[in-house]
Amino acid sequence: MKSLRFIIPLALFLVVVGFLAVGLKLDPRAVPSPLINKPAPAFVLPRLDDAAKTMRRDDLLGKPWVLNVWASWCGPCRDEHPQVLALARGKHAPIIGLNYKDARDDARDWLRQLGDPYTASLSDSDGRTGINYGVYGVPETFVIDKNGVIRFKHVGPLTATVVQTRIVPLLKELNG
Amino acid sequence: MAKWWWFAGVLCLAATAGAKDAAPAAADPALEARMLQIAAELRCLVCQNQTIADSHAGLAEDLRRDIREQLASGASNEQVVQYMTDRYGDFIRYRPPLKGSTAALWVGPAVLLAGGLLVLVLVLRRRARLQPDRFEPDEGDDRDAGEDLGEPVARP
Repeated sequence: MKSLRFIIPLALFLVVVGFLAVGLKLDPRAVPSPLINKPAPAFVLPRLDDAAKTMRRDDLLGKPWVLNVWASWCGPCRDEHPQVLALARGKHAPIIGLNYKDARDDARDWLRQLGDPYTASLSDSDGRTGINYGVYGVPETFVIDKNGVIRFKHVGPLTATVVQTRIVPLLKELNG
Repeated sequence: MAKWWWFAGVLCLAATAGAKDAAPAAADPALEARMLQIAAELRCLVCQNQTIADSHAGLAEDLRRDIREQLASGASNEQVVQYMTDRYGDFIRYRPPLKGSTAALWVGPAVLLAGGLLVLVLVLRRRARLQPDRFEPDEGDDRDAGEDLGEPVARP
């Protein structure tokens, strides 16, 4: 009975340490998206390369695709760009760029300088499509299946690890 | 002096006017008030410790515009909040709904308080049952107090 005096505080201490240890590894910016396993919101947006042409979400039905939200004013987009280029080289799926609240000329210059991994980039100049997709921190990346359902979302710059361990395997599964 | 106060008053007004959105806000003050009331309950996901009403982040401005438009087209406050939760999840609400995943958030503080009170009551009860000789005598305190009183004080 006497030993309880030491065991109880020690157990409480270990529980607190456990919570803190887990808390340290959580990213408070990574907010769980309610859109996972929901249909991707519809859009009709002008293409960045030719504003006269539009693309709709339904044009992309039939095979899985990747939606990458980017902007020329966004520093982390520049950091992740090599990963997007690498993903495009793998030819797993079309990558559609959502050019979020950007100036058309700046965005085009940016792609010219850094390389264009996108099958098409779409101008979301007032950010409304971004809001429908729950975008809050550019860059963001979505994987959408052939039925138009969002299967995966990543907030923040893509890393080689995320691409290799999450996105590529998921695309292979969706294609298979 | 009166002039000086008047000038200070104008400065204050100017400052508050500058802090508000330069947007079409003034068009409908009642709608603007409702918009701010809803926005004050929503978290800005860019700077998470601010509400959408407070934040100057681009996203918060866009969301205020969205709220304004929806209210103007006749949406209820609940519909607007639902619109936001559909896109950003319960996390956007400063007062999340009570359900399985948020139960700990709502019940946790009450459970901790109850636990603390329970421990306090148990400890006090056990102490009340102890014999007086189990406690340290207070004589040390008494002596100190006596000495303090007895200290020579220069009095006229």
